[in-house]
Amino acid sequence: MTTAQALPSALSLGWRRTRIEVKQLFRDKESAVFTFALPMLLLVVFGSVFNTDIAPGVTFSQYFAAGMIASGIVYTSFQNLAITIPQERDDGTLKRLQGSPMPKVSYFIGKIGMIFIVYVIQVTLLMAIGIAFFGLSLPESAFKWFTFAWISVLGLICCTLLGIAYSSIPKTGRGAPALVTPVVLVLQFTSGVFFVFSQLPHWMQVGSSFFPLKWLAQGIRSVFLPEDFASQEVAGSWQLPAVAGMLLIWTAIGALLAIKTFRWQART
Amino acid sequence: MGNDYAIVAEGLTKSYGDLHAVRGVDLAIETGECFAMLGPNGAGKTTCTEIFEGFRSRTSGRVEVLGQDPDTAARAWKARLGIVLQTSRDLTDLTVAESVSHFAGYYPDARDPAEVIEAVGLSEKSGARSMSLSGGQRRRLDVALGIIGNPEVLFLDEPTTGFDPEARRQFWDLIDGLKDDGTTILLTTHYMEEAEALADRVAVLARGRVVACDSPAELSGRQDGTAIVTWLTPEGRKSVQTSTPTNTVSELASQFGGEVPELSIARPSLEDIYLSLIESEEASA
Repeated sequence: MTTAQALPSALSLGWRRTRIEVKQLFRDKESAVFTFALPMLLLVVFGSVFNTDIAPGVTFSQYFAAGMIASGIVYTSFQNLAITIPQERDDGTLKRLQGSPMPKVSYFIGKIGMIFIVYVIQVTLLMAIGIAFFGLSLPESAFKWFTFAWISVLGLICCTLLGIAYSSIPKTGRGAPALVTPVVLVLQFTSGVFFVFSQLPHWMQVGSSFFPLKWLAQGIRSVFLPEDFASQEVAGSWQLPAVAGMLLIWTAIGALLAIKTFRWQART
Repeated sequence: MGNDYAIVAEGLTKSYGDLHAVRGVDLAIETGECFAMLGPNGAGKTTCTEIFEGFRSRTSGRVEVLGQDPDTAARAWKARLGIVLQTSRDLTDLTVAESVSHFAGYYPDARDPAEVIEAVGLSEKSGARSMSLSGGQRRRLDVALGIIGNPEVLFLDEPTTGFDPEARRQFWDLIDGLKDDGTTILLTTHYMEEAEALADRVAVLARGRVVACDSPAELSGRQDGTAIVTWLTPEGRKSVQTSTPTNTVSELASQFGGEVPELSIARPSLEDIYLSLIESEEASA
């Protein structure tokens, strides 16, 4: 018998997973392009076509840039995981990990680490384009930077957990994009990303208020749009406490569902 | 501690609804033994293996692997196993060296990655991405990842499917080396010559049960089975089945007055024994 040596800690293995996840993402050219180029392309196309004023001193492009940054949170966490986890279930990644002494929590730490890195890169690119071409300006006060930070972190954690939970729905990796992207796309239309939220039909506003993207977009607008634009919002204010509240509720729901439903293996 | 057995199963069953995949398997695999499970697809080999590995929970029966119940065993137990699954398409964008080094970090007592890559014969491909590997090379990477943690028990599920004969020989040498190091190996395979070359004992599974279990040479009375003597007569090839082949040959020798043309004596191969076991099992179904 060999003497028992200490197992590596879950946290250090989580960091190990983060590094390998990022490496794999950048090696896979197609998914790297999909991850980074698509949001930028959408921003450029929509921002250029609908470059009209929606309020004094505020263009739709600015409004849309804020919405795309909020979408970036959903893309990098929810959409990414809900598609890649079923693929990893199919190609044997998860089963190999399940058979190793790596704890499950390290896998999730790895995912969260990768998502934060991807998000920072993506949001930097989107902000750069927004500032260069669409009249976006950097957050003007420490308070706005702080708002930007907590919405990003809370939003990423929330949507990561929801992505893990949603990953149990697609039966195969091949079918995953078809079950995931429409959900995100519809929410973008109804949550104030592609259209100005206050101009949507009332029932649509109410419906999308149950989901996180509406609140993420509104919160991010509070960071990037002029302060007096708050009066143009449906509630007449940015409703930051409500943003935090909704994200926390969805984080709790996501955590519960993720723990209850996550499966290493495909249903047999 | 009396850990004479690395893997023990008693009355092991596994059902999926009405489907009884495993129907009462008893096995005791000794520490350091290389044990092969043979059987047609659907016989329950993979199900048994996956229960031992902790991937599936059993319906009933007792299972102990390295003295612990796989259903409840912790990380430290998993660190003592090496698992080579049937097929995988993961890790395609990483190089062989990156994959092996990454997995080495999971274990408390891992082997040296470069040494393991050398042992599976992938040194030349060390810097190549997995997606560029041939089927056999890809399988060797799977084995490298299975043994990187320096396992006490190694599970090999159809490890050489798709290998060319030379690659298979090399693979057998690799497994022989692990056996010499005292690793317990549970192998499932469809290749009889593989079981014969590697296994100390083989079990034949059919319809969820062990129908025979012995050394490859003695399985199901193989050693005292009848031999087939074949030779060439002016009318063509002739053969007889006999339990006394030496007698038959000396009779033939005197008949021919010396050399018997194209004489051969064949014992039933492991495959013959296996097929007759499976046939009689299916006939009784």
